[in-house]
Amino acid sequence: MEGKSSYGGNMEYLKATELKLGPPGTDIRQEATSGVSTRPKKRAMTGPTEQHTKSKVQVVGWPPVRPQRMNSFRARRNETVDESGGVYVKVSMDGAPYLRNIDLKILHGYKELRTILEGMFKCSSLGGAEGYDEEGYAITYEDKDGDLMLVGDVPWEMFVSSCKRLRIMKGSEARGLS
Amino acid sequence: MKVQSAMFYFPEEVIEHIFSFLTHHPDRNTVSTVCKAWYKIERLSRREVFVGNCYAIRPDRAAARFPGLRSLTLKGKPHFADFDLVPPDWGGLAGPWIEAMARSCPNLEELRMKRMVVSDESLELLAHAFPNFKALVLVSCEGFSTDGLAAVARSCKSLRELDLQENEIEDRGPRWLNSFPDMCTSLVSLNFACLKGEVNLKSLERLVCRSPNLKCLRLNRAVPVETLAKIMNQCPNLEDLGTGSLLADQFSEAYVSLISALQKCKKLRCLSGFWDASPLCLLAVYPICANLTGLNLSYAPTVQGQDFINLIQHCVKLLRLWVLDSVGDKGLAVVASACKELQELRVFPSDLFAAGPATVTEEGLVAISTGCPKLNSLLYFCHSMTNSALITVSKNCPNFTRFRLCILEPRKPDPATNEPLDEGFGAVVKTCKNLRRFSISGLLTDQVFYYIGKYAKALEMLSIAFAGDTDQGMTYVLNGCKNLRKLEIRDCPFGDGALLADVTKYETMRSLWMSSCDISLRGCKALATKMPSLNVEIINEWEAEMEENLNNGVAEVISNNNNKHINNGNDERKVEKLYVYRTVGGPRTDAPDFVWTL
Repeated sequence: MEGKSSYGGNMEYLKATELKLGPPGTDIRQEATSGVSTRPKKRAMTGPTEQHTKSKVQVVGWPPVRPQRMNSFRARRNETVDESGGVYVKVSMDGAPYLRNIDLKILHGYKELRTILEGMFKCSSLGGAEGYDEEGYAITYEDKDGDLMLVGDVPWEMFVSSCKRLRIMKGSEARGLS
Repeated sequence: MKVQSAMFYFPEEVIEHIFSFLTHHPDRNTVSTVCKAWYKIERLSRREVFVGNCYAIRPDRAAARFPGLRSLTLKGKPHFADFDLVPPDWGGLAGPWIEAMARSCPNLEELRMKRMVVSDESLELLAHAFPNFKALVLVSCEGFSTDGLAAVARSCKSLRELDLQENEIEDRGPRWLNSFPDMCTSLVSLNFACLKGEVNLKSLERLVCRSPNLKCLRLNRAVPVETLAKIMNQCPNLEDLGTGSLLADQFSEAYVSLISALQKCKKLRCLSGFWDASPLCLLAVYPICANLTGLNLSYAPTVQGQDFINLIQHCVKLLRLWVLDSVGDKGLAVVASACKELQELRVFPSDLFAAGPATVTEEGLVAISTGCPKLNSLLYFCHSMTNSALITVSKNCPNFTRFRLCILEPRKPDPATNEPLDEGFGAVVKTCKNLRRFSISGLLTDQVFYYIGKYAKALEMLSIAFAGDTDQGMTYVLNGCKNLRKLEIRDCPFGDGALLADVTKYETMRSLWMSSCDISLRGCKALATKMPSLNVEIINEWEAEMEENLNNGVAEVISNNNNKHINNGNDERKVEKLYVYRTVGGPRTDAPDFVWTL
């Protein structure tokens, strides 16, 4: 059969010989835009160049699965990519002059997280079992979707893979979260 | 003559009564065309309307024709919008429809919408305009937030059904669950599985307590096992359950509580959810498996291997099964031996990037077809397929009405013979006389389209990607498939010759989508000129990409007036995306800049 190679055929070979920065099998543009949402209501818009990327699975709209399912693939893929290095997230505290950085990978659970943060910011109370109390602070984090979440609700592993940055809020402000 | 006068005097009430037995939409459409009298009787007594393309008719006209409307179903964006092929802000706005209904059809009770853009304001209007409103079903929609849901919950006093399937919903907090009336609610079905955010668990428990008629409840991932157990204890009559997160320590009180709660649910027929399901949580489900007719494990990658086998072997009455390909051919073999009543199977991809040892192949599909002869609906993602497997499958299961096979690598041939899959898919259309929906993939030549045109006489919807050699392929389909309603094509070498082969055909269809094919502006213009009853729309993403680049600061591009581009002389330019549909509503008035109506 005479195969008529078209759309993406030649470009696939071209892209395969390109020198790129990054681990093999990843597309830099894809990685760069995956976690960013400039307009929350807009779905990730890939331009025409994406149609000619090396890996076949990165053709726009292929395979034909709905966004919710696609997102669960991306989440799992990002998890495996991060396993090699640490998971460093910035930690800010309301009123503090500068931020800190903390590697979630070396911690084993929420209790240890609280202890470390207390040590870093030298606060006497960083919330009890409920995650916050009236006079103290609450630990919150920004997740993959950009939402502000109260720390402690989800299993630890899930938290580590979805946490993008931490924020220690004043107790009165944090009450609205629960 | 006596007989003639008897025929002229035929009371309207009698005709209306006869019409009330006609529930099939095409039948009602047919009787309305018989004569003026019947048109009038039919339109005043019509209670349900299905609009497959929201741009096929103006909302005002539909609302004015059917003032007694109780149930409206609307579909908006083209199907390929589900796969990001349609730019955001394309259209499919629900607003004009809800406004028109609010003006003319106050008795509206049910609204079902798919792939439409719904705003919070529209939901607010909906909540106030229809005093008898009972059911809202939104599938693959977007544009609204939990505030809109709150409005519906608060103001629709007789709400029975709130069904949210795979929508993009902006999360503005968990307070919307509190908005349901304080007194007993009339809720029968509540599905918020697609909500990504947190849920106020106490509110949820209280809501369930005051909803005695609840039969279907689908929770989102944020609901933990503890809450699920409490809810199950409140609703032993539940028939359809979507769990929240099933992560639990086997020795926890919550887990024990869940087991005892589930055992009391004798009427449970349908299960879904299973997020983060630990194998131990699955043990809790075993006692009810024997009565299940529907099971959706497609968001549960943790349920695989022996865990899956242990679960599925009990599900002997299963009719519908949705799983991930991580269950493997082994898992499917167990399905084939246990689920003899199976009618619908969907196997979704679990990992796009690697064909692991545990994913499914043609063997799994053949096993299913051998063990489950009642199978009539299939969606199967796999890494490869052979002609001989497809031929065997079609021999075993001649009753397919829906057959969708997606081989993950485009243009992949039969690995055993290195040939195209024309014969395999051809066998399916030859043996399955009732095939209504067909999606094909892998390496395919014009030959497969010859078979489709020749044999697929009942076919209504065809999806093609990366297939065919020449215009002849598409022409076979247009000429042969008498009942074709929707044709969607991407990345195929079909050009103007195919597009214009049978232009009157498109008037008998709902819509045609072609993207990344070989059609030119000249061809599209020709189509538009020959067929004024069609909207011939071109999506020009150059504009959309420019906007994106400007926002990212990637490039500085000067934006020209779009209209100049249509007629600047270069008609040989290839058209990236074409959407053609029949309409009585004329060109769209709400088309964004990047949609050009020719």
